[in-house]
Amino acid sequence: MGTLCHLRRLKTRLVSELHLWSKLQATNATGKQLPRIYVTRKIPQDGMKILSQSGLCNIEQWDSDEPVPRQELLKKIAGIQGLYCLLTEKIDAEVLDAAGPSLQVVSTMSVGYDHVSLEELKKRGIRLGYTPDVLTEAVAELTVALLLATSRRLLEAVDEAKNGGWGTWKPLWMCGYGLTDSTVGILGLGRIGAAVAARLKPFGVKRFLYADTGPRPEVAVKITAEFVPLDELARHSDFIVVCCALTPETQGFCGNKLFSLMKETAIFINTSRGGVVNQEDLYQALVNGQIAAAGLDVTEPEPLPTDHPLFKLKNCVILPHIASATVTTRNSMAALAASNLLAGLQGKAMGKEVLL
Amino acid sequence: MQALVTRRIPQEGLAVLAQAGVCSFQQWDSDEPIPRSELLAQVAGKHGLLCLLSDRIDKEVLDAAGSNLKVISTMSVGVDHLALEEIKKRGIRVGYTPDILTDATAELAVALLLATSRRLPESMEEVKNGGWTTWKPLWMCGYGLSDSTVGIIGLGRIGQAVARRLKPFGVKKFLYTGSHPKPESAAEFQAEFVPLTKLGEESDFVVVTCSLTPETKGMCNEDFFARMKKTSVFINTSRGAVVNQDDLYQALVSGQIAAAGLDVTTPEPLPTDDPLLALKNCVILPHIGSATYGTRNAMSVLAANNLLAGLKGEKMPSELQL
Repeated sequence: MGTLCHLRRLKTRLVSELHLWSKLQATNATGKQLPRIYVTRKIPQDGMKILSQSGLCNIEQWDSDEPVPRQELLKKIAGIQGLYCLLTEKIDAEVLDAAGPSLQVVSTMSVGYDHVSLEELKKRGIRLGYTPDVLTEAVAELTVALLLATSRRLLEAVDEAKNGGWGTWKPLWMCGYGLTDSTVGILGLGRIGAAVAARLKPFGVKRFLYADTGPRPEVAVKITAEFVPLDELARHSDFIVVCCALTPETQGFCGNKLFSLMKETAIFINTSRGGVVNQEDLYQALVNGQIAAAGLDVTEPEPLPTDHPLFKLKNCVILPHIASATVTTRNSMAALAASNLLAGLQGKAMGKEVLL
Repeated sequence: MQALVTRRIPQEGLAVLAQAGVCSFQQWDSDEPIPRSELLAQVAGKHGLLCLLSDRIDKEVLDAAGSNLKVISTMSVGVDHLALEEIKKRGIRVGYTPDILTDATAELAVALLLATSRRLPESMEEVKNGGWTTWKPLWMCGYGLSDSTVGIIGLGRIGQAVARRLKPFGVKKFLYTGSHPKPESAAEFQAEFVPLTKLGEESDFVVVTCSLTPETKGMCNEDFFARMKKTSVFINTSRGAVVNQDDLYQALVSGQIAAAGLDVTTPEPLPTDDPLLALKNCVILPHIGSATYGTRNAMSVLAANNLLAGLKGEKMPSELQL
């Protein structure tokens, strides 16, 4: 092995030793004092109880429904061992530097972790907990709710009922697109994608297609879904549902190319992350009639400014990122995130950990 | 033979009539309903009548039609707008459109249930008016179907289709009520036949999919809502008159039930100043249950074929047994 290579390995080793030593120093210096954690928001009961009744940590919290301001966060996390955050906090080098070498674990109350710099965490030997599974049902449910609201024009119809546009029953008024005999294309057949497909099945969907980084036979067999290239999925789908993670590969991949291949009668649904969609391209596709309608639970940015052109379109439904919003689910997410954090503090196995 | 078509109906249905060469027909070629006076005038002497649910076919209309009238074909599955007793008395046959609209209507019922339970119109309003500031753990939380009990009032074609669609959402238990148990239909969902009262008491979601009859008129009233859970959601896609709307309003404002979704009201359209329209926890749709292009086209074709069969004295694809 070359000298340069040796030196690099040595450097990596020394850096992680230094971090470990700093952590030990922090514990010793504070004696019997409990590890400090910072919670970036007021969180649901079930999560708060687990943290406060554990006797395992000192808790500091931004006790508000509003997100913690960046400056406040950077100030307050200096020297903490554990960080409990939401998807609204960008956990990058700046935050991790502000926390310092004492930080052992970050626990996010979300299944997405595109707001967390995995590279920076890995470099510093910090562990990451997240909340998959407990939110799958609620998210899949809302995804189907959004699809139906879009395809059956519910929000438009609600408006007509309120503003006097509702006359008498008319054969072709407010007609939408039904799922019966349709082809549904899922982008990302993960936990949520599979749960969405399972819920759509009894609506009479004729064919399920999916695109992904690779085939998922164990999942696909349950709903009889075919693994196809993205282009083919775009051409044949009547409904496209995006359920993938936001990564450098999926950033903006729902753009002009996809929309131009789609049917004019097709419906596009995104409940993954706003960054997956090129919003200008989507706007053009909707205005030009390239696709029939779109439903989004996630946008770039969030919230979407009220003067955004997408709001002017009758065939675009936008929800304020509420996919996991049931009281039960949010409490489950909070509880899991809390347990993940405590496990991380104790150097134990987490309920749900992101492998870095 | 001559037939009257009371509205502009989808092309596919008209084409069936035109190409059959069985009758000539007069049509109220408008998207708006035929005025009563026009209906009475134009139906005179007709052998067949193709109508919509917005046309009240009562004794007056039947008298105006006279003795030629052999068949009434309605482009709907509901027949509460037809005076069935009078029609039967005169030996007139009735065609209607069950089955082909089951999928679309059940789909809309589930869409409405989800929009109501997950607060879609409310949250979309917040998005537009600046109420959406950021992701918050307990903002805009709704009620999920996971581990819930769903009560179906009227486990007919549409009721069953609704239950089938709700099943994979993790519903723990299905209850149903109606004039009598339907064990073969219920078996698919392990649904339990219970009295209306018990259904009200135990359901997290109540879905009304029965037909409107003298027995079901006003059935969902003060007493029923009082039995429901504070966290429950009430959905009606059957007919407006099954629900006592004043009682529903009271139940919603007093917090007796969590929310309601209606695709049908009394009257239709609902006047824009009706108090139900102002409630955040009430979602009202303008009777679009069967409104997909495919379904409405299919309904028009079936209604046309029913009419033609009735005119020819043949077996109808879908005849209502009187």
